[in-house]
Amino acid sequence: MKHLLSIEDLTQDEIEGLLERAESFAEVSRRDIKKVPALRGRTVVTLFYEASTRTSSSFELAAKRLSADVVSVKASGSSVDKGESLKDTVETLSAYDPAAIVIRHPHAGAAQMLTQWVDAAVVNAGDGMRQHPSQALLDLLALRQRIGSVEGKKIWIVGDVLHSRVARSNIQAFMMMGAEVTVAGPPTLIPRRIEETGCQVRHSLDEIEEADVVYSLRMQRERMKESFVPSIREYARLFQINSRRLNPRQLVMHPGPVNRGVEIGADVIDSDRSLISDQVSSGLAMRMAILFELLAHGDHRETAESPLPIGEPA
Amino acid sequence: MNEVIDGLPEEQGSIGSLPDPLVQRESPQATILIRGAELLDPAAGVDGQRDVLVEDGVITKIADPGSIDAEDGVEVIEAEGFHVFPAFFDPHVHLRTPGQEYKEDLETGTRSAAAGGYAGVLAMANTSPTVSTPEQIESLRDRASRVASIPVGFLATVTHGMKGEELTDMAELRQAGAVGFTDDGVPIESPRILRRALQYQRMTGGRIALHQEDVELSGAGVMHEGAVSAELGLRGVPSISESVMIARDAAIAGYEGGQIQIQHLSARESIQQIRLAKAEGIDVTCEVSPHHLCLTDEAVRTLDASRYKMNPPLRTEADRQALIDALADGTIDCIATDHAPHAVHEKEVPYEAANMGVTGLETAFSSVYTELVLPGRISLDLLVEKLGCGGAPFGIEPFRLQEGSRANLCLVDLEAEWVVGEDGYESRSVNSWCAGETLKSRVLVTLADGQVAFRLRTFSLGVA
Repeated sequence: MKHLLSIEDLTQDEIEGLLERAESFAEVSRRDIKKVPALRGRTVVTLFYEASTRTSSSFELAAKRLSADVVSVKASGSSVDKGESLKDTVETLSAYDPAAIVIRHPHAGAAQMLTQWVDAAVVNAGDGMRQHPSQALLDLLALRQRIGSVEGKKIWIVGDVLHSRVARSNIQAFMMMGAEVTVAGPPTLIPRRIEETGCQVRHSLDEIEEADVVYSLRMQRERMKESFVPSIREYARLFQINSRRLNPRQLVMHPGPVNRGVEIGADVIDSDRSLISDQVSSGLAMRMAILFELLAHGDHRETAESPLPIGEPA
Repeated sequence: MNEVIDGLPEEQGSIGSLPDPLVQRESPQATILIRGAELLDPAAGVDGQRDVLVEDGVITKIADPGSIDAEDGVEVIEAEGFHVFPAFFDPHVHLRTPGQEYKEDLETGTRSAAAGGYAGVLAMANTSPTVSTPEQIESLRDRASRVASIPVGFLATVTHGMKGEELTDMAELRQAGAVGFTDDGVPIESPRILRRALQYQRMTGGRIALHQEDVELSGAGVMHEGAVSAELGLRGVPSISESVMIARDAAIAGYEGGQIQIQHLSARESIQQIRLAKAEGIDVTCEVSPHHLCLTDEAVRTLDASRYKMNPPLRTEADRQALIDALADGTIDCIATDHAPHAVHEKEVPYEAANMGVTGLETAFSSVYTELVLPGRISLDLLVEKLGCGGAPFGIEPFRLQEGSRANLCLVDLEAEWVVGEDGYESRSVNSWCAGETLKSRVLVTLADGQVAFRLRTFSLGVA
């Protein structure tokens, strides 16, 4: 594994490996001293062309916990052009000789382009509506810690699938790990012919009872202005994930940030069946695992030090 | 066959159970014996002289003439020489409620329909304000349950205020009772909006009825663009204004697996587009009005806007003949009046300034019978069938003359002659395109959902 660009680039074994590695880092995060020296002396650049709170902070902290030096660059999406200027920026940052570049960009394929320009390992932290692989992996981790394997589980992804890179990564990841995936939402927000990728499609929540896990997606208010839905109110009436629609056995996930009372009810967010805070803590462990596997464990760089803490501050 | 349509998943949406599509005022259920009439229900294979007994609003017996005895208190109609047809259904009327009750309201509009032999109509949503919210649908249905002479269903607009910008809450509108959706009066200009509406329709159901007109091609046109408009110096609406929109929207409907109804077809170019779409398996249905079947732009030479100004405009004889052929060969699904009442002050103005639209409910059968059936251009069977099946695109089955069915029928005297408007109208408005014409055949009695919705004042019943 040289880069992390898309879930489809991974094998099931590689995902298992990342999950196991992340579990060991999760254990590290429970210690008093949460830092390991694995990436001491290495530089990680995070390059975010879109606003992000949890993904950028989580990657930054993950790199720091691994003792890497971190450079965080936030570019305002509107002022940055595609193509050349991205290349210029990346080449400038390459002067720091980063071991990894974590990039989020509003256009699909941006992370992949970087791999042609730099020697560093590239981590896709979200490219357009295409992929957000670390999210899918951390979601698998959160599920693994709660219910073990997702094999044979029925997972419903509900909401604005059309505009969601999270949905695209997660559909692939869940199916790769043996889950049965259903996407549900109004026909305007379900990508045409997505059933050909192997998932089921529903335009109502009538059968949501069958789901073991319900994964709610963020519903942006702009979608109403674009006529994808008539109104947020009607959308909520038809597709909101709330306790009236679920039974206590069903788990609920959401990539955040949530619109309380729109795609998901407050009664569910704060309930025991919610995995939403687990997802956030899994994010840190999984991103540590990703950086470790790319930089310390792979063969293309010098051999890694032990990931385990050395018992004293690094 | 278009493989794109096949590739779409089956309808998996569900918005729960929906209310009955039609509502009307509760009236006493009829108990009537109609003796010796010629029954004609082509689709049910009924054709011949029979007695029909209606008890408590239900057709309980259809038997050989003279074989049913009237019990005491049963109204008896000696109907020898008259015809009984299944009542008609009009999927396209303007009842002008709310906001334009000076033109028509639910009471006068449904009475007008009953006088034409109708036992069901669907009201358009281009009222003032437009019917765009579930609360309005509920309010209209409530009103109809108190004043409507015959069952009436309501369509809601596709976009808020018919502005073509934002979709209405289609799911909630359906749950409130909207039978379908339409921005009739204006086209949906944006193909993006139509596409979204058709995607959403997969979840909500409810056919979308389309007024087809490219506003840029129509421009400020007031009549068909042709020799007559050239001569009169009136701005023309070209036929392609209609046909290009049909081509566009059929393609969108095909791509999305949507259900559309093309309203008031007027041009032969349009028929060609409908044929192509149907051949591709696209779920498109369409309607034609009696006035487009009977009149041409030659009538506009009178500059009588009250009778001859409407949208789409009257077109040429070639268009008219093509419409009749398309009705006969099944390309056109049904006859719909586009009953569009307007007040006198909106019509007694120069042609170019007048409102568009004519009334047609009271004369639909008689006009087409006089103009097309009597001369042998189409059969009586075809007329009865095409006036009866207008609800089918919206999931409302045609009425049938059969034992056990609710009584939805009309008694018609094919020999009667009458001058339209001579005795006034049931409609509140007088802008009938037949005004002053002598028509052959007249509706005498209409039973709608088991209730006597209309009887001609000059026609009396006997009581056994």
